[in-house]
Amino acid sequence: MSREAILGAIRRGLRRGELPADQKAMLLGRMATHPRHLIPARSRVPRAAQVALFLANVEKEFGTTARVPDLDAVPGALAAYLSQQNLPSRFAIAPHPDLQAMPWDAHPLLERREGRADPSDQVALTAAFAAVAETGTLMLPSGPRTPTTLNLLAETAVVMLRASNVVGAYEEAWDRLRAANAGDVGGGFMPRNVMLVTGPSRSADIEQTLELGAHGPRRVHVILVDDDPEAVA
Amino acid sequence: MRATSSAFKQNAARGLADAGLQRALQFSKTQFQARRARAVAALPEFEQLRDIGRDIKNHTLANLDFYLETFAANVEHAGGKVHWCSTADEARAAVLEICRNAGARTVTKGKSMISEELGINDHLERNGITPVETDLGEYIIQLRDEPPSHIIAPAFHLNRDDWEKSFYEKHTDLPRDRVFHERRDILTEARTKLRDRFLAADVGITGANFLIAETGSSVIVTNEGNGDLTQTLPRVHIALASIEKVVPTLEDTCALLRLLARSATGQEFSVYTTFSTGPRRAADPDGPSEYHVVLVDNGRSAMIGTQFQDMLRCIRCAACMNHCPVYGAVGGHAYGWVYPGPMGSVLTPSLIGVDKAGHLPNASTFCGTCESVCPMKIPLPNMMRHWREREFERHLTPQGVRRNLGLWAWFARRPAAYRLATRVAMWGLGRLGRGRGKFGSLPLAGGWTAGRDLPAPEGETFMARYARAQRAGRA
Repeated sequence: MSREAILGAIRRGLRRGELPADQKAMLLGRMATHPRHLIPARSRVPRAAQVALFLANVEKEFGTTARVPDLDAVPGALAAYLSQQNLPSRFAIAPHPDLQAMPWDAHPLLERREGRADPSDQVALTAAFAAVAETGTLMLPSGPRTPTTLNLLAETAVVMLRASNVVGAYEEAWDRLRAANAGDVGGGFMPRNVMLVTGPSRSADIEQTLELGAHGPRRVHVILVDDDPEAVA
Repeated sequence: MRATSSAFKQNAARGLADAGLQRALQFSKTQFQARRARAVAALPEFEQLRDIGRDIKNHTLANLDFYLETFAANVEHAGGKVHWCSTADEARAAVLEICRNAGARTVTKGKSMISEELGINDHLERNGITPVETDLGEYIIQLRDEPPSHIIAPAFHLNRDDWEKSFYEKHTDLPRDRVFHERRDILTEARTKLRDRFLAADVGITGANFLIAETGSSVIVTNEGNGDLTQTLPRVHIALASIEKVVPTLEDTCALLRLLARSATGQEFSVYTTFSTGPRRAADPDGPSEYHVVLVDNGRSAMIGTQFQDMLRCIRCAACMNHCPVYGAVGGHAYGWVYPGPMGSVLTPSLIGVDKAGHLPNASTFCGTCESVCPMKIPLPNMMRHWREREFERHLTPQGVRRNLGLWAWFARRPAAYRLATRVAMWGLGRLGRGRGKFGSLPLAGGWTAGRDLPAPEGETFMARYARAQRAGRA
């Protein structure tokens, strides 16, 4: 068996046999507590500054942002963005409870289709689980409410994000995911797929010169909902 | 991939004479350096993170058997399958079998250096399955039937006109008179061409930047989104990864991710950092139904416990080659196998043998820049020196070099004779070169003077001048 051959070769190199039980227990303990390493100081700031850092970093990475006072204001912000960018008013939307509860009827021109993305979709709207201020990064886990294809197939990806879900560092976002899925059995707390997305798709393969719009979305637009009083400057 | 590393000298000469390659190298090499410098300057904790990264990898390697077993158990717990492969043959067979079981006709691929190492594309093609590279750089070199010349920028050796020429030649269904006004037009054409391939593929093959023991996840880091389309749309996802990619936890991964993009492209974070754990769950509306990890050794385990173990810390960022004066002069193809630059000069002899790749660790000025920019603090120059020693011990070094090294060693062990000999030589060369100040050709130094002049010594050795200054100081 190759498995035994590989493990045996590693152990010969390390000049020992299989790890003794007490050392295994120690390593299992390290995984169970998963200690953090150094977290850069840039995101260790008050809430309002953290959210501002997130938005600034999204724009630095060629994304765009809008900020609205509550969930009810999202359809209006989306309509405004689509018309401003000359984009179609038809879009795919994640079957996410926050998005489903929005007053879409007030915007009869917007045409929604709920579910995973189709290759023909030009615009997709999904909801972020969390976002990381450190680098302007969205955390988008897969699941019944948030299909992965919505993050990938359309040329324009619009993402709704609650300000209360903005954290400073990646580690904090993972802790939130661990807590949210603590009860899951089977694959543990990890959904099938977790995408950390920082700005629109790009490539520098032609003469090491950056061009936006490779295989993923050409535009990433974040609509931030101010549901966290402490995050409002 | 067939290695031509033993022909490094001829390869390098060809690279130096290739005007197109030299243009590409001149255009590109300083850009990576400037971008990395900016990204590092913007993160005050970067140096501390390098120590942390090195320690995480050292801890993992010291317990590699345990972490691999834990990783595999967690992959299977999440419904995935792990294929342990000792050799390239086993890995190719495993990939082919998964593709056959899936009834695959076409396979999309994310950029993966281990796939290049294993020669997956050739193997699939020989067995009637069409592999389609989807990373832009990999796509063009597949069109041109070339190997990659850089580990993160496969088409580093190409200029814009090469891209246009290849697209005109290969995309024959498009109007011949279309014009690429800017680089973006090239990118858009590739996007359009590949979109249908993504949708039609039966299997998607990606590499992995990390494997996480704690969760049984594979991680890919990309900018284009091609890797994500590759692993999301087809019914089967295969992650190809070598054994040293495993790290213990998500937190360990975060620390390494803070180093990776900054060291590689000079970005703060890549656009897509994606964690895959098992196949589609019962209620998921999309994602693959099968998730396989092909876990490859192919020579790595034999490096553990040797002078070359530290090389297994490598996270494939390419900072070493981006800063290497030798890579910058001859380009990646000269190295003759999958991994160019300083990391390749250490890794290639380990994987294909120093008898075939002995030139590579010799092709170094030992300037030390590679080690100084390596996020994992791998002592690359030291390891190249170890390879030179092994090459010498195994009598692989050419006779002439051995004889001259022996001669030099005789003098080096006898300081008085060494000083006398250098004094005579410098005096002689000083007399001969007086007036001209340099030599255009010199007996026994043809290898040097063929490419550049040798400055004429001034007639005195450093030691002689130093001794005189000491005497003068005391007087």
